[in-house]
Parts: sequence; C-alpha cells; structure tokens
Amino acid sequence: MGITQILFWGLSVLAIFAAIMVVASKSPVHSILSLIVVFFAMSGHYILLNAQFLAIVNIIVYAGAIMVLFLFVVMLMNLNAGSEPQKHRMLQFAGLISGGCLFLVIISAISETPQAAGNVMIGTGNSGLIKNLGMVLFKDYVIPFEISSILFLSAMIGAVMIGKKN
Amino acid sequence: MNALTNRAKPVDRRKMNFMERIYLVAIFKGMMITFSHIFKKKPTINYPEKTRPFSPVFRGLHILNRDEEGRENCTACGLCAVACPAEAITMEAAERQPGEEDLYREEKYAARYEINMLRCIFCGLCEEACPKDAIYLSETFAPSDYQRKQFIYKKEDLLIPHPLKQPEEYKKALGNKVKREKAN
Amino acid sequence: MLLAIDMALVIEKLVLIVIVVMASLVIAMYTTFAERKVAAVLQDRRGPNRAGPFGILQPLADGLKLFFKEEIIPNFSSKALFILGPSLAMLTAIMTGAVIPWGDKVHFFDRDISLQIADVNMGILYVFAVVSMGVYGIMIGGWASNNKYSLMGALRAASQIISYELAMGISLIALLMVTGTLSLKEMVVAQQQGLWNIAYQPLGFLIFLICAFAECNRTPFDLAEAENELVGGYHVEYSSMKLGFYLFAEYVNMFISSVVMATLFFGGYDIPFLNEANYDQNWMALFGVLMLMAKVVGFIFLFMWVRWTIPRFRYDQLMNLGWKVLIPLALFNMLLTGALVLLKHNGWHF
Repeated sequence: MGITQILFWGLSVLAIFAAIMVVASKSPVHSILSLIVVFFAMSGHYILLNAQFLAIVNIIVYAGAIMVLFLFVVMLMNLNAGSEPQKHRMLQFAGLISGGCLFLVIISAISETPQAAGNVMIGTGNSGLIKNLGMVLFKDYVIPFEISSILFLSAMIGAVMIGKKN
Repeated sequence: MNALTNRAKPVDRRKMNFMERIYLVAIFKGMMITFSHIFKKKPTINYPEKTRPFSPVFRGLHILNRDEEGRENCTACGLCAVACPAEAITMEAAERQPGEEDLYREEKYAARYEINMLRCIFCGLCEEACPKDAIYLSETFAPSDYQRKQFIYKKEDLLIPHPLKQPEEYKKALGNKVKREKAN
Repeated sequence: MLLAIDMALVIEKLVLIVIVVMASLVIAMYTTFAERKVAAVLQDRRGPNRAGPFGILQPLADGLKLFFKEEIIPNFSSKALFILGPSLAMLTAIMTGAVIPWGDKVHFFDRDISLQIADVNMGILYVFAVVSMGVYGIMIGGWASNNKYSLMGALRAASQIISYELAMGISLIALLMVTGTLSLKEMVVAQQQGLWNIAYQPLGFLIFLICAFAECNRTPFDLAEAENELVGGYHVEYSSMKLGFYLFAEYVNMFISSVVMATLFFGGYDIPFLNEANYDQNWMALFGVLMLMAKVVGFIFLFMWVRWTIPRFRYDQLMNLGWKVLIPLALFNMLLTGALVLLKHNGWHF
C-alpha cells in the first residue's frame, strides 16, 4: 500500500466520520464545523485525482464563503443545543422517506458508473486541471455555462429586490 | 452672537466635487502630514538618564540643615509644624547633654523629626517659618515606593550629610541653594 | 512504494519549511516592535527603548509577558472551540508562506534548490483559499467566547472579509488576464523579463491594496477590534498566549499580504535594472531574497503609516466602499483589461 493509498483511505474515513458528525451533533455550530471538515477531505480527494483547480475552488467557494455564511446565520440566530424545537412526528417520517429516496438514487447512480481505473491519479488525471476545465467550459459547454450565470444574476437581483422592499 | 475671536472658521457645506469625493487626495495629504512628523524634534526626555532642569524657585524634598561645623541647626521649636498647612510635620524635642556640643548647635534639639511626604504639599511655609535656617526645600522630589510607610521621612532621611566628614555629598545636597543665597 | 521518496528532497523541503515559518514568525515579532516605533515616531514620541539597546529586545519581553499571564477560559464557553479559534488564526496566517517564491534557485551540494516550498501551478488561488479560511479563526473564537462584544466583533470581521474578498478576487482576475498564469513563480519570472505588473495594473493594485487592508483587519478597517465600540472586539475574553496568538496572527497576516503584494505587483525577488543571469547564482539568489524583504518592509511601513494617519471607517461606510465602489471598480478594471488583452491578441499595437 503506497502513500497515496493511505492518504485515500485516511481522507475517506475522515470525510465519512465528519459527515456523520454533521447529522449527529446536537449543536448547529459543531455541525457546520464538521461540514467544513468534509469539504476539506473532499478537496484532498480532488488533489489525489490531480484536479487541483477543483480542490482549491471547492475550498474557496464552499469552505471559505458559503460555510462562513452558514456560520454567520447560526451565530446570529443563536441556535443552541437546548433551543432545538421539537419536530412533528409526521415531519420526521417525511424526512426519513425523502432521505432514503435520495440514498437509493445515489446508490443506483454509483452502481451504474463504470469502475474508475484506480482510487488515485496523481500526475496522470487531467480532467480537473484549469486549462482543460476552461476549454471544456468555454468551448463545449459555453451556452449552459452562460445560462447558469444568468440564473445567478437573476437570483442576485431577486435578493436585492427583497432587501429593497423594507 | 458675536464671535469672541476672529479665529472661528465657518463650516464649508458645499457639495464635494469628484476629486474630493474619491478621498485619495485628502488621504495622501494627511499621510504627508504624518510623514513630516518623522523629522520633527521629539519633546520626550529619557527620564532616568536625563532630567528636566528645575526652575530656581522649585520646591522639592526637605532637608534638615547643619552649620559649617556639622552641628544640627534645628532646635525643635515647632514653628514649622505650626506653619504647615497640611500638618505633615511632627517632632519631639530633647535636651542636649554635656558632650554633645559638636552634634547640636543649641541646648535643645529634635530627637525625632518626621515629615509625611504623602501629606506634604511642598508649599515651603516651613522654610519661611524656621527662625534657625534649619529646614529648606531641595531640588529633588520624593521617589515612588510600594508602601505608604516609606513616605514618612525620618530625621536620618532628612538630615544633610556632614560637611566635614562627607564634604562632597554635603555640597551636592546643598545644590544651588548657596548660589541662590549669595545672589540675594 | 512507500519508501520510494527522494529523501534529499524531503530534507530540503523540511529545512525550507522550518526556515520560512521561523522567518515569518521572527519578522512578525519585530513588526510588533516596528509598529510601536513607527507610531511613536509619527507622533513625535520615542517609543519603546528600555529593553536592550534601542529597545531591540522589547518583542521578546512582550512575548515572555504573554506567556506568564494567567490563562482564563470562560466558564460556559465551548472549551475546544475556544482553543481552536486562535490556533486556526495562527495556522492560516502561516500556511500562506508555502507557495511564495522567496527567491531564485540556489546551488548547494550539487543540487539546485528552489527557494519556494511548493511551486503549485495555482499558487495565487491557494493564497486566496487560505486567506478565506482565516476568517474561521476569528469567527470561532468570537463565538466560543460567549460574549456579546466578541460575537459582534466576529460577525463584523466575517462580513467585512467576505465583502472585500470579492473585490480582491475580481481585481486579481484582471491581473491573471495580463500574466496568463496562476503560478506565483512564473509571474515573478515574467516580471523579471518585462515590466513589473504595477505598470499594467495600477487600478487593480489600488483595489488590491485597499482590500488587503480590509482583509488584515488593519486601520482604517479595523472594525472587528474597534476598542471604543466593542471593548476589544473578538478577543475580549482571551488572555495569555491565546490572545498573543490572535495579535500575532494579525502581524503575520500583514507580513504575508505584503509579500503577496510585492510578488504580484512589484516583481517579487526581482532586482530592478539588473540582469541576474550575468552574476553568480547563489549571490543573486541571496540579493533577490533581500530585495523581496526590502519591498516587504516598504509595504509594512505603508500599513503602519496608514494606521497612524487615517481614522477608522464607520461600518456602513465600510460596506458602501466595498460593495458600491470597489466591486464595480474592479469589474470595470476587469472588463477594460479583458478588452485590451483581446485587442493585443488580435494584433493591435499600443
């Protein structure tokens, strides 16, 4: 077992453990911190797949910006372990069903994908390098890319509109 | 209402133009002002190494005087204690015994003489009240300390060094007083 | 395969890491001293001059004092997070040094040793990612203190850093269009051969500089620790060396952002008006490192000079500046740069 294999398994265990902590921990702040750990572990996986750009962008966007906003909201609302509202039994049931459906979908999707050549592709994979990614995004998929940017723009304008109302 | 001086400036409430609104010019001007202060003279004095010169009328710590032969001037008359507005001075008198003539100038002397430097306001009235030229205020001030009792100065702390046995210390403790007196 | 690593490379990198970490700590230490001296000089005072000749041992005395202070952990704060906060602040501050090209290659023991710990091909994005992590140290510490003032300080810091990160990122994009690379090493090499990037991106540099002030929580944007509004800001409840870590991380951040600015816009270790290839490699590498340090000292002085000149912004002014001025300006700069790069690409000459 080489270093890359050890790294792979270590990162995987870390990611799964932290993901369980996200769901299991009582305090919302701890959940968010665990989620950040998950993102870091995933970035580690990206690096193992030689997708450095994806890894860094994952950290900048998800761990660095979105999670800060999550933390921000939780801190502002002062959610504590004690003040967690009692959820309705039906809601819990619905959550179980929808979560289970998502799980099934993911399982089936994973079973459909062809087996990758290996767990790690340091120095060999090229799908996540910035040059290839740019070529794909701005040549092959330029229209979906631009449409999604318009989607973001409209979301932003909507947020400004909601903010302006008051 | 009339202005008392002609230094008042009316507030300029005109709209700022573009150059003023981007602030960069104003910031640059301000930074130049602080930069120019690098080259200005610093008024701070490195205290323990250098001291600020005192004015000739400065009144500092008390000193109990001796005459030229080294005998204490004080006769414990108590006029200084009476004159003291802060009631900082206490003393006890004693009679001079035979054989102590070279210690005390007159028949009566102060066996105990204390000044509480925390009460003292350094007004100098004791110096003026003294008929024997026995107490005067020197040009040093009381050093800081951790305990209050250290500020009650005993006779040993106040007495000037012996002019014959320790002539140099005596001269130093006398300070500018001699010059001042000669000038009078 | 586990042991099939170049041991010499590992040792070389370890030595380099130790040197870089120690150097940034020592420099940050003396930056605290320089801050007090500069403040004093700008205000016609003398500054610390008691510990050692010219007060040169003052930072050691400060550090020693912090170590000997009583350590207080508030009774109902989350202890683990309370300790994690300053550690994270320090960690993210130091981590950035990994991708900075400190100098050119040196030749020792028959090896070409690069004075850069990791020449990743997206160095500037790495710096950006680490900087965006820096806010966690402040937020976690401020929240774990369980104090209204520190929470407010933490929230202020977080929203300020997020807001200014945007403008910083957009101004960087314009720079990347000019350089065409994300690697800091390649950027420096390109600047050695041509003009420094400041010549191409003056507006971008101004935006980057202002954002760097905001990211480092320095005056005029030090609202996260505004003493007269928030007592001490996010580190009210901290004492002893944990407080020291927070204060120290600020100075390490200042050092690192000065290095980044020198590298991005002022040629890094490039010595102006001198062709390095004509002289001995090792000496030139040494002079290059010194040159970088000289540029960094200039930037650090600028940080301090501004701190002791400009008063603190109000919070709404800060947000207005970030969102309504800097971001549109950065977008305009990006558009302009993109247009010019495109025109040049199509054969225009100017």
